Amino acid sequence: MAIIQYLLLQGFQMLLVLAVAPLLIGIVRRVKARLLRRIGPSVFQPYRDLIRLARKDVVVAHNASWLFLVTPYIVFAAIWVAAALVPTYALGLIFSWSADIIVIVGLLALARFFQALAGLDVGTAFGGIGTSREMMIASLAEPAMLMIVFTLSLLAQSTQLSSIAHYMMTVQVGLRVSCGLALMGLVMVAIAENGRVPVDNPATHLELTMVHEAMILEYSGRHLALIELASALKLTLYLSMLVCVFVPWGMALTDAGPLALLVGVVLYPAKIAAGGAALALLEVTVAKMRVFRVVDFLNFALMLGLLAALLLFVSRSI
Amino acid sequence: MPVAHGLAFDVAHMLAGGMVTVSFMLLFQDRLFALIQFIALHALVLTLALGWQAWLQDAEHLYAAAALALVFKATLIPWVLHRLVRRLRIERAVETVVGAGMTMLFGICLVGLAVVVMLPLAAKSPLMWEDLSFALAVVMLGLLIMITRRNAVGQIIGFLSVDNGMMLAAAGAHGMPFLIDLSIAFSALVALIVFGIFLSHIFKHFDSVDVHTLDRFRGDQP
Repeated sequence: MAIIQYLLLQGFQMLLVLAVAPLLIGIVRRVKARLLRRIGPSVFQPYRDLIRLARKDVVVAHNASWLFLVTPYIVFAAIWVAAALVPTYALGLIFSWSADIIVIVGLLALARFFQALAGLDVGTAFGGIGTSREMMIASLAEPAMLMIVFTLSLLAQSTQLSSIAHYMMTVQVGLRVSCGLALMGLVMVAIAENGRVPVDNPATHLELTMVHEAMILEYSGRHLALIELASALKLTLYLSMLVCVFVPWGMALTDAGPLALLVGVVLYPAKIAAGGAALALLEVTVAKMRVFRVVDFLNFALMLGLLAALLLFVSRSI
Repeated sequence: MPVAHGLAFDVAHMLAGGMVTVSFMLLFQDRLFALIQFIALHALVLTLALGWQAWLQDAEHLYAAAALALVFKATLIPWVLHRLVRRLRIERAVETVVGAGMTMLFGICLVGLAVVVMLPLAAKSPLMWEDLSFALAVVMLGLLIMITRRNAVGQIIGFLSVDNGMMLAAAGAHGMPFLIDLSIAFSALVALIVFGIFLSHIFKHFDSVDVHTLDRFRGDQP
């Protein structure tokens, strides 16, 4: 009986992230539009877009190989699994032992690898440019991400997100400069990985500097719907991870009662929506940087990770 | 396992660490106005750190030092520099000697060095170790800023951050006489005047604030 309950809770989390992801994109777009004094589409517009795309026919280039056809499914599956592993409303779910940050980074890398291959597959110029840029950004973002992960795991003595969140909630961590640096670094990595504004502009196809949109330019119909949903899930994943590590309060602890679970379920979308609004605010206040500046941006994130680890070493020995 | 320590320590730690972070931001910046704004931020964090130490140690002279830092370093000096840059019309000068990535790497190494050099203190007084290693890191990062800039304004900013690091060290050390704080603050002011004259002179002679023009100068016509 208990096992069924655990499986249900985990299954609910999988569906929760899937349901919340397009809404998050909708909220970010809506807040951005309002900040620019436009009305903007409804927050539910991404759902309608996805349904419309899913109904449309798929157009595939003549020289596309099987790789091009399976990539959307692989990308979606890998990112969905990663997003469903990050604790959202409760800690200690049945699969939380596998919610290791390094596993999540690995799943994201898998998705990116296939997406890059598919971008090169058709052989168009845009796909090639987008792919090479994506790989450049990834090769810089991943070390920074791992450095931050190491800092957090040094602090919490675990690389499992569930244990890190549990540590942050229960132990008196206090104000730590390392946590602040790790937060800043993780936000920078998240911006770069999701192709948000200072690094890449998700709203346009008309820019020569586009990265992610250039890579998926050849996709249409349900394939495009899957890839769009996957990128929405990826943004949700990063926000959930930030929320889970740095603002874990309100999440239900292991084996908590139904009331605590309910609080967690209500609080999670609220936190994610607040994160989305903050992202929108950031996006309208900064200008997109040149592609060559991204190197410095991500180096800074790596530096923050290193510095956080170093300062942690200093403060730990006291 | 890290031990839970008091809020007093946490805040001091965060402010000192914040200064190190702002030093890194200074290292990263290549626009002059941004540099000036960040040096003001640097001094502001210093003011907070001094104020917090004053409250912790219940030392009136540190309040005075904090006030001096706020008035001179966070307000007056950035304002003067800002005006100078605008008057000389060098807002858009962007000059670094080595790339940002390399500089960052050096910076990280220097912070590591600062921590290791102060390691003998760790056994005696961990708190002192932590304070002094952060202060030393800020000082060394300031020196790094000075050597990686070609622009005289950038070098002045580096000097000012070295100065801020010294103030931080003075605040952490218990029983440092106020005279030393005062003389450090005063030396910064004197330096500002000297730098101001230096800047306007090299600009008048060479039409640029790139100090490399000084290397080529042989005493005759530039």
